[in-house]
Amino acid sequence: MTALINYLSQMLAIAEAEVRKLRHDPVDLFTRIIQPALWLLIFGQVFARLHGIPTGGVSYRDFLAPGILAQSVLFIAIFYGISTIWERDLGILAMYLVSPAPRSALVLGKSLAAGARGLAQALMVYVLALLLGIHLVLGLLSLAGVVAMIILSAAIFSCFSMIIACLVKTRERFMGISQVLTMPLFFASSAIYPIALMPDWLRHVASLNPLTYQVDALRTLMLPGFRSSSGVLFDFAVQVGIFVVLILIAGRLYQTILE
Amino acid sequence: MPTAIQAEQLTKRFPHKIAVDTVTFSVEQGSVFGLLGRNGAGKSSTIKLLTTLSPISSGKARVAGYDVSAQPVEVRRHIGYVPQLPSADVDLTAYENLLISTKLYCIPRSERRDRIRDALELMGLDKSVNLLVRGYSGGMMRRLEIAQAMLHHPAVLFLDEPTVGLDPLARHAVWTRIGELRARLGTTILLTTHYMDEASALCDHVAFLHDGKLAGIGTPAELCAALRPGATLDDVFISLTRTRA
Repeated sequence: MTALINYLSQMLAIAEAEVRKLRHDPVDLFTRIIQPALWLLIFGQVFARLHGIPTGGVSYRDFLAPGILAQSVLFIAIFYGISTIWERDLGILAMYLVSPAPRSALVLGKSLAAGARGLAQALMVYVLALLLGIHLVLGLLSLAGVVAMIILSAAIFSCFSMIIACLVKTRERFMGISQVLTMPLFFASSAIYPIALMPDWLRHVASLNPLTYQVDALRTLMLPGFRSSSGVLFDFAVQVGIFVVLILIAGRLYQTILE
Repeated sequence: MPTAIQAEQLTKRFPHKIAVDTVTFSVEQGSVFGLLGRNGAGKSSTIKLLTTLSPISSGKARVAGYDVSAQPVEVRRHIGYVPQLPSADVDLTAYENLLISTKLYCIPRSERRDRIRDALELMGLDKSVNLLVRGYSGGMMRRLEIAQAMLHHPAVLFLDEPTVGLDPLARHAVWTRIGELRARLGTTILLTTHYMDEASALCDHVAFLHDGKLAGIGTPAELCAALRPGATLDDVFISLTRTRA
């Protein structure tokens, strides 16, 4: 029991450090809203005029909003690993690693911190969407579900990003690989168009992409009358499963970035 | 005196290099031990092995009574480490840096405040506790890092070049604080340095590493006397590490 409490408090300590940093300097949070705003305002406006996209009974703009929220969380989280390299190049990572905290607790803490950034992003996308007149469900259960899915998904992609950082070890290689991964992850998901429109091979790829399940859950929770294609509980189950696997891998690899 | 650190045939092999080559030494509890040698001689690598940060290729080491390879978590619980590179987070305040550390070391909530206050006081930082570390001078930063590494009252403290890049005053401040730390808590300290005057003044024993191998070990006075009458530790350094392998 004490072991579990210690584990959780070590995990939270790492997340707390990140959140405190954001509190000292929140500029980064605000500049992050520009990209999703452009997607919703420009891309969304233009594509809303195409009426051939089967969006499951909601307008294209409404359909797009959860997709763009998911995308913006992905963009934050997928580059998160660069901070691991940065902390390695300083002595901060060595300081964490020489503490008795289990490696998986350190990685979980970092992932949770990415979740906190994701939530700040979600708050801003909600405000933007409401200003645009997009219909969103604002019930407590729906919001709680969105919060949980955002944290979980940000944690998944940041953990994935930390694994890449541990494998490639340098900033240059990390940036190269992350750039290459981001767009395929985004396009092979239902973020901006439904899976039904995809060619078969892409549909298979999309069904392996965590972003697809994130988007499906967010749409179902956020949009009144949207019908989930895989079921929200199934979406959560998939995401939890992926996260557990990633944490186990990242926990094993975390220390090797020092070598 | 019981030993706080014991390294036996300690070795670290990389694909193209042997960073630490069958090094054997021991450090008495409560003493200050200096690891000296040229850049790349294996000092930092030895510290990384002893602090569990890097796996040992062969040989054995015990730190604070625990086997480094078999009981890494126990070792970590009982050591503090200040790496060569800055390890305090400059985007947090000094207090926040220390607070995060107390949590990583599972220091009970009721003791956190006292521990942080004591550490800050011992390192002479109590006035600037709520400033972002970004604004700290090099000397303050180092003292903060030492404070951070000793919050949990480690039995053994590893300091990798604690005074590199500091002005003479800041260096002396670090020396004084290290002396106080040892006097008050009985902490065993292993440090590396390129300043031979510092090694002479601070260390009970020193060991010279050269190309990963142990080139000499003893008290600074013994090593100087063995070279020739009137020799300084600088002379010893030059004589032991001049050859390029």
